[in-house]
Amino acid sequence: MALDKNMNVLIVDDYKTMLRIIRNLLKQLEFDNVEEATDGAEALAKLRAGNFGLVISDWNMEPMTGLDLLKEVRADARLKNLPFIMITAESKTENVIAAKAAGVSNYIVKPFNAETLREKIEKVLVHA
Amino acid sequence: MPDGSGQDPIEQAVRQVLGSLAGDMTTTEAALLAELEALGREVQRAKSEMAALRVDDINARHIPCATDELDAVVEHTANATNEILDVCEGLEAMQTRLPPSDAEALGTAVTRIYEACSFQDITGQRISKVVTALKAIESRVATVTARFGSGEAPPPPEDEAPAAPVTEGRALANGPQMPGAGTSQEEIDKLLASFD
Repeated sequence: MALDKNMNVLIVDDYKTMLRIIRNLLKQLEFDNVEEATDGAEALAKLRAGNFGLVISDWNMEPMTGLDLLKEVRADARLKNLPFIMITAESKTENVIAAKAAGVSNYIVKPFNAETLREKIEKVLVHA
Repeated sequence: MPDGSGQDPIEQAVRQVLGSLAGDMTTTEAALLAELEALGREVQRAKSEMAALRVDDINARHIPCATDELDAVVEHTANATNEILDVCEGLEAMQTRLPPSDAEALGTAVTRIYEACSFQDITGQRISKVVTALKAIESRVATVTARFGSGEAPPPPEDEAPAAPVTEGRALANGPQMPGAGTSQEEIDKLLASFD
C-alpha cells in the first residue's frame, strides 16, 4: 500500500528545536504538510479542528503530557483510530507499557535517527 | 525554633533539667548531669559550626547563581542549535544545484547533523532535572537555617490555585535515564511486538 505523503501530520514537542528537527526530517521523507503544537492541550485543539493523518508526539510536556494526549485521542470518537507515534526520552519499560496500554501505534526513544523515524512511520501508516 | 529568649528548645530543656537537679545528687544523677552538660555543649558547638558555614549564602547566592548559569546554558545551546539548523536548511536548498551524487552526499550529511542536534532536547531535560534538585535543596536549607535560628523562616505558602491532578502521564514523566539505565530502541521494538 502506497503512503499518502500529502496527509497532514501534527508534531508535538515543547522544545522548538526538536519540532524543527522533526519537521526537517519529515520534509526529507517528503511529508510537507506538517503542523506543530507545543503541548498536549494545544495539539488536541488542533486535532479536533483539523484533518490529520498522523500524530508524532513527545511525552514530557506541560500542562498536558503526550500520554494524556494519547488517551484523549483514543477517547474521541472521530480521532480514536488516528496513528499516533510517541517520540520521547522516557525510556523506562513502564513508560512503554503504559503507552501501549493507552493505544500508542509506535514508540521511538530519543535520541533517534532518521532511519528509525522512516521505518516506524511506514509501519504505522501501512497498518493503519 | 528559637523563642524570644534566644535559646532553642533543646538548650532550654537541658537548662530546665539541670535546674531541677540542684542539691544532693546520686551517682546516676551526676552521670546524667554530665551527659546533659555534654549534650548542651554539643548543641552549642553545632550551632556555631553552622553559623561558620554561612549556610544562608547557599540560598542567597550559590543556588540562584547556579540556576541562572544553567538557564544560560540552555539558552546558549538552543541558540547555537538554531544557528546550525539555519545553516543546514541553507545547504538543503542548494542540493538541487548539485550533481546527483554530491546532492545525495550532502543530504546524508545534513540528516546526520539533524539527528545530532537532538542533543539540545536531551541536555535541556537533564538540566531541568538538576534545577528541580537544586530547588529542593534550597527549600531544605531554608527550613534547617530557620530551625537553628540562623536565618529567616521560609515564607508561608502563597494562596495558589488548587494543584492540577497528577495524571498517569505526569506521574511517569521522569526525563532521560542515565546511559545504560533505560530501555533501548531494539528492546522497545521487541516489547511492542510481544503485544501483537
